[in-house]
Amino acid sequence: MRLAAILVLISALPAFAKVWEIAPGPDAAEALQEAMILAEPGDEIALAPGRYPLVDGLSLDVDGVTVRGAGSEASVLDFAGQQGAGEGLLITGSKIVLEDFAVENTTGDGIKSKGSDQITFRRLRVEWTGGPDAGNGAYGLYPVESKNVLIEDSLVRGASDAGIYVGQSDNIIVRRNRAEFNVAGIEIENSYRADVYENVATRNTGGILVFDLPNLNQMGGHSVRVFANEIASNDTDNFAPEGNIVATVPRGTGMLIMANRNVHVFGNRFDDNAMVHVGIISYFEDYDDDDYQPHPRGVVIRDNVFGRGGFDPNGEVGEFFAEAAGGDIPDIIWDGVTPLGEWITWTSDEDAIFVNQPGATFANLRMIAQTIYPWGASVDRDIEDYAGSLPEPAPVVLPQDR
Amino acid sequence: MRALLAFLLLWPGLALAVNEAALSAKRPAKLLSEYGLFDDLAGQVPAFGVTPYDIATPLFSDHAEKLRFVWTPSPAAWSADEAFDFPVGSVLVKTFAYPDGDRLRLIETRLLIRQEAGWKAWPYLWNQDQTDAVLKLAGARLDLTATAPDGAQIPVSYRVPNANQCKGCHERAGAITPIGPKARNLNHDFYYTEGPDNQLRRWRMLGLLENTTAESPLSADWTEGTLDQRARAYLDVNCAHCHRRDGPASNSGLFLTYGEEDRTAWGYLKRPVAAGRGSGGLEFDVKPGDPPRSIMVHRMRSLDPGVMMPELGRSLPHPEGIALIEAWIAAME
Repeated sequence: MRLAAILVLISALPAFAKVWEIAPGPDAAEALQEAMILAEPGDEIALAPGRYPLVDGLSLDVDGVTVRGAGSEASVLDFAGQQGAGEGLLITGSKIVLEDFAVENTTGDGIKSKGSDQITFRRLRVEWTGGPDAGNGAYGLYPVESKNVLIEDSLVRGASDAGIYVGQSDNIIVRRNRAEFNVAGIEIENSYRADVYENVATRNTGGILVFDLPNLNQMGGHSVRVFANEIASNDTDNFAPEGNIVATVPRGTGMLIMANRNVHVFGNRFDDNAMVHVGIISYFEDYDDDDYQPHPRGVVIRDNVFGRGGFDPNGEVGEFFAEAAGGDIPDIIWDGVTPLGEWITWTSDEDAIFVNQPGATFANLRMIAQTIYPWGASVDRDIEDYAGSLPEPAPVVLPQDR
Repeated sequence: MRALLAFLLLWPGLALAVNEAALSAKRPAKLLSEYGLFDDLAGQVPAFGVTPYDIATPLFSDHAEKLRFVWTPSPAAWSADEAFDFPVGSVLVKTFAYPDGDRLRLIETRLLIRQEAGWKAWPYLWNQDQTDAVLKLAGARLDLTATAPDGAQIPVSYRVPNANQCKGCHERAGAITPIGPKARNLNHDFYYTEGPDNQLRRWRMLGLLENTTAESPLSADWTEGTLDQRARAYLDVNCAHCHRRDGPASNSGLFLTYGEEDRTAWGYLKRPVAAGRGSGGLEFDVKPGDPPRSIMVHRMRSLDPGVMMPELGRSLPHPEGIALIEAWIAAME
């Protein structure tokens, strides 16, 4: 009986799990890419300490492979001389673990996963070592159209869009990472069920963004919890190329929620964000998409700690906010835009914006979509009117995180 | 008569040359010659049963010439819109070459092999002596000289894609798939050794394609038809292998398939999503009447790997393609 159990255990293991040992040297780039093609499910690709200069993008399309370095300062994939591919490392397989290595100076994105199920980014570093520069790649860690995404204990620095960008994905944990000197530190976009916690987002243009955009395969982002993060001193000038949505984010934005449903922000520490600690806004560009819902719905802001903020509104959006708010930027600002019908009737609780922050400052700008100035309505700063709560999304559970 | 000919060509005993065991093996052969696809490998003279073809609108590949061949054990299933559905055991062969004096210098040969588990994509790099091509799973980068249509000699850092990058373009819904052999891309004459013949007619006669009475779609040729037809044919082949609803660029929301009717989806006043610095500071993918302010043109012109489109397959700009798309956008209201 016991023997049978052992046999079952053995047969459940991959038959010939193999470790592909890669070491720096003239043939390392080819050996690494070959390993990523020939690896079988269960295999591990081990990167010995050292620098690996790469002129083309790497890609991994086998399921069940672990790529493991000797540490995010020790094993470095160096793309300074990259001549081809839109990212440094592209993952299209599932059940992938990437850990303990670095990707530096890619011409495009750092590490992208597309269509992966169970993708883990752990103790990685993605960095553009020259600091903020419009010529840096857009995204550092970049899972898109993926599900069961775990990003933890990683460092991303210098992305010209978002350091950690999770797009059109489902079931996501982003925790204990450090994002700094990016345009956006962490961005959750058009995604379902995300827990973002215990991260440090500092010295970016904006700390953490939760966005939903039109004309995409997956829209209606919802069920996002952002808690126990430190979102402070996001003071880097916006260096994103215009045209991209993050190019509109003012320097000194702590957190921005745009569109989306059921977003809960609690227990975070906000400090020294010169524009605003928390902004809640509708999508403000023209669009042509009948299925898109441009307003934030069902947002709860509670129990955060707010330090100094709002002392230097800047940029087009910032100056507009400052003017609308009468020059005095509160900790939390809501543009107040709702579907037009709700101006005549009411907003049901499940769609409402709730703020439970005794002692914090707040303003509802009471704007109407597509208008420049509030329409005969004054700014509402009465934070008590917004007390209330909504059921919180259940904690995200990932199959690879047991 | 046609049936008899097809029967003879399909008779297993006659297709001696092609090594079906090599085609069905899990691991790719080390050398291209092992597949037995050519009577004269260096001369690219196909073996018996291996049929050359071309497509109306090819992908721009740094001015490389492309020699295409197909072999199937039984007829492929017809599709009006997509690539034909080839049976297990089929192979699509594409050799890339540059003119070298009065002959062609072969660079690489890519095989797409339909196996039980799906399509496999294997790149083979030609050796210096041009006697055979060697499996190069990790791809390669080569310093070569391209010849433009006007005869200009252009240095190019030519990229042989790795086996995974093949999937970067040849992917639909997560699986590798052929791109070129679609009805609209084959519905024109090819100059066979026996003379010109319509490829769809020929493929049916040879038993490469099932004999349906389905009406063939018009040829989608980027050099013929209205400006809109030409531009859409060009974008279909050069972009839509990724930029389609179930393709590698599905997350961009930009869909450039020939039949895409949602104008925001094909770029009309569409804002970029994940373009990053690829946007070049511009607001729209296609800004009607304003090619210089259209991201599509900006990325077609770029040579920066973090900006340029397509991401794979070219190191040079394609002047004729850019001119076509600029004219298309300029004429747009």
